[in-house]
Order: sequence, then C-alpha cells, then structure tokens
Amino acid sequence: MSTFWSIWISVIVLGTVFGCVWLLWATRKNQTTDVETDRTMGHSFDGIEEYDNPLPKWWFYLFMATCVFSLGYLALYPGLGNYKGLLGWTSHNQWEAEVAEAEEKYGEIYAQYGQTPVEELATNEDALKIGQRLFANNCAVCHGSAARGQVGFPNLTDDDWLYGGTPEKILETLHNGRMGNMPAKGVMPGMTNEQVDQVVNYVLSFSGREKDAAAAEAGAGVFAQACVACHGPDGKGNQAMGAPNLTDNTWLYGSTYDWIKETVMNGRQNQMPAQAGRLSEDQIQILAAYVYSLSN
Amino acid sequence: MNHEIIEKNLGLMIVLIILTISGGFLVEIVPLFFLKETNEPVEGLEPYSALELEGRDIYIREGCHVCHTQQIRPFRAETERYGHYSVAGEFVYDRPFLWGSKRTGPDLARVGGRYSDAWQRQHLFNPRSVVPESNMPAFPWLFENKVDHTGTAAKLETLQTLGVPYTDEQIANAASQVEGKFEIEALVAYLQQLGTVISDKR
Repeated sequence: MSTFWSIWISVIVLGTVFGCVWLLWATRKNQTTDVETDRTMGHSFDGIEEYDNPLPKWWFYLFMATCVFSLGYLALYPGLGNYKGLLGWTSHNQWEAEVAEAEEKYGEIYAQYGQTPVEELATNEDALKIGQRLFANNCAVCHGSAARGQVGFPNLTDDDWLYGGTPEKILETLHNGRMGNMPAKGVMPGMTNEQVDQVVNYVLSFSGREKDAAAAEAGAGVFAQACVACHGPDGKGNQAMGAPNLTDNTWLYGSTYDWIKETVMNGRQNQMPAQAGRLSEDQIQILAAYVYSLSN
Repeated sequence: MNHEIIEKNLGLMIVLIILTISGGFLVEIVPLFFLKETNEPVEGLEPYSALELEGRDIYIREGCHVCHTQQIRPFRAETERYGHYSVAGEFVYDRPFLWGSKRTGPDLARVGGRYSDAWQRQHLFNPRSVVPESNMPAFPWLFENKVDHTGTAAKLETLQTLGVPYTDEQIANAASQVEGKFEIEALVAYLQQLGTVISDKR
C-alpha cells in the first residue's frame, strides 16, 4: 500500500474515533446538571416535548469504553494502513500456525506410514482406517464409498485393472492420474455402419454373446484393422495404455450390444485426476495401500 | 443548546450525515480501487476464453453461486479440503465476482481439474447418479440447449472496455468459438479452469 493510502486510512480512522470522543465530551459539557429533571428542551411539536436530561451514565461510559477498546485494538492489530500492529498478526500467519500445529500433531502419524511399503501397509489396520477416510473424502465421489465404481468409473475391489494393480502402478495412477482415450471407430475412421455392427458382434463373441454369428465372423477382420493396436489380437487389452480386456466379464461402460456400439461409434474419453500436490506423499502412500487392500 | 444548530439546519445535517456514513466507505472500499494486491492479476492468470465466459454466464443464470461459494478462506479446515486459500489477484477479471455467501454445496474456487469432464457431465445431468446423498438439482437441459453465440463478442468487448486484456483477434473469433457448442460444454469448460492458476494446492 502506498504511503498516501496508508496516511489516508490512518487519518480517517483515528479522526473518526477521536471525533466521536470529542462529540461526546462537547455535548456533555453543555449539560447544566447530572440529575434528571423535568426541564424540557423548550420546543413542542403537536404537543410532543423533549426532556433535557443528561446522557445516561452507563451509556456514556460504555461508549467511552468502546473508543478506548478501538484504540487498543488499533495498536495491537493491523488497522492503520501499513502499520503492522504490535502483535504482528495476519490472516496468513494465523493459517500457517494452524497448519504447523496440525502438522506436529498428525505429521508423525502420516510419516510413520509414508515409508512403509504398500504391501506391508495394506495389512496394517490403523493405516487402513486412515486410508478409508482419505478414500471417502477424495475418491468416493467417483469410485463410490464402497469403491465398487459405476459406469465410467472403475470398480477397485475386483481383480481387473486397466493400468495394473501392482503397488507401483497404483501409486503411479494416484500420483499422475490417467488419461483414457479410445478414439471413435478405433484407428479406422472410415468404418461403415455395417462394419460397426460386425465388430460389435465380434466383441460380443469373446464372451459367447454374439447376436449374429456371420457378422461376428466378418467382424474379426474389422477388429484386426481397427482395434488390435490397443486391445491386442485376442482382445485381452493392454495395461500399458489402459486398453481394457474385452474377453472378461468386467465392463467399464455397458456390456450390451447397444452400449458397445455406442462405444465404438463415438469412442470414450476418461480421466483419473492426478493427486500429487493435492495430497501429501504420505497420504498417497496410505491411499495406495487402502486401494491395494481392497482386492488383495 | 448547540445541537439545535444541526437539527434546525437541514442542509448542514445532510452534509454531516453523509460525512459520517461515508467514513467506512472511504477507509474500507476506496483504497481497494488503487491497491496493487486487488488490481493486479496473479502470475499466469488469463482472461476467460469465449467458451469459459459463456459457461460462467450459464453458471450465473442457473444460480450456482446461490449454493456454491468460490472463496477459500485461510483456515486449515478449508485449505485441507479445497486447496490453497483464495487471493485477491485471482479475481481481477471476474466481473462481477462470484464469491457467494452460502455453502449449501461445497466451495468451487479450485474445483478445476479435480474431477474428470465425464464426471462433471454425469453429475450435472443427474447428481444422484454419482453422489447418492446429494441434494443438488439436475440440469438436463444443458445437454439440449446450444450456447447463444450472438452476444459473445459483445460480452468480450464490454470486458475489454472494463480493462480485461482481450485482443481484438479474440473478440473477432469469440462467436465462432462457441457456435454450435452445447451449454454443458461451456459450463464444464468454465468449471475445469476454476482456481487452476495457483497450482500449489497445499
């Protein structure tokens, strides 16, 4: 704040406080008596008159006390432009003190788990209790409070992993997040509607549910062109790029003909937001252990 | 009695009343118009893109600010949940600001990037489908209505007049950037950039 504004603020604030005190003294000085009498101000409007009585003592002293309080407050806290106040208080350092206090209280608890390997931590009941709360606060909005996921958000309690379920992979997912991207019609933008029908039938045939056996057979060729790059020749997926296994019974989106057709036609974009920076390293370690414990 | 002078002189009384009640205004509000902290953007802050700006207007139209604040106070309980506390320099391009005053839902000051686009869309289409205990209303019409692009350029121009550093090129391209987009796309674009300028979330 520039000197001008600092002085501007100080002058008006102090001027107001002292102005109040002066006004009070000045009007009190004119009082002829301290006792209440029947004397009136001498004016009468519609027969209504006003007593000329002194200010009530309790009111006068209370007002004075607030003026004294305000001066004390202005001396201790920053209220006058650039003046920092004797206590040096700021909302920022109050927050820092609060955080430091919490760090002292909880930091050790987190730290003792932060160095423990995930597998070992996943057997520690206390750590898992903390992990469960961290999960409820940070992950449950997408994955659900029971971590069973929902359409578009993976179930974390089963053994099926898009990017891998080893402790390292879980940590990596938590740290950096994941960007899932299935392009529409795979790598074959010119896929005709007939070919879409064929490839959907072929995908359904992995689990023996094809609607049209002939179409499914024809779909093998389409699949080989459009889909194998990510999902592999046998449709078992590829965890390195998060391409799901199409032969198992786990589906991130729906498993019916219509759902799969929708997926093929329009592709799917999905994202797991990165947690590094949002959560501390120790917290991520504990969360990873919790997630690991859900399926191991 | 001295106060008779004031009480019987209306003009003088008006002047003194104005002086008295403007004290707070002169001290608490007027200096803010000139302070660096409140006028200079924080490093890296960009004006809203045309799409984000339209999303912001949808946010206002649907009354999101009535239930969601956009201001994280410097308390540990808030910074643990929402991220770094809000600073004045983040809001210099916000006209009007949307700090809000009531938290029926959570604070949204740093909701950008916290959830995926897919989550935001599903949540706005039907909040109960992702958060079963939510009492937020659903906004399915955002998925049917297209953004009205006819006023976009004028909005950017108005903000430019008010000091937001839009280039003439941005204004010229504004309408074409939002034309044909669904309202949900604009709103999600707005939500996904909220608070992202301060990347240190802790």
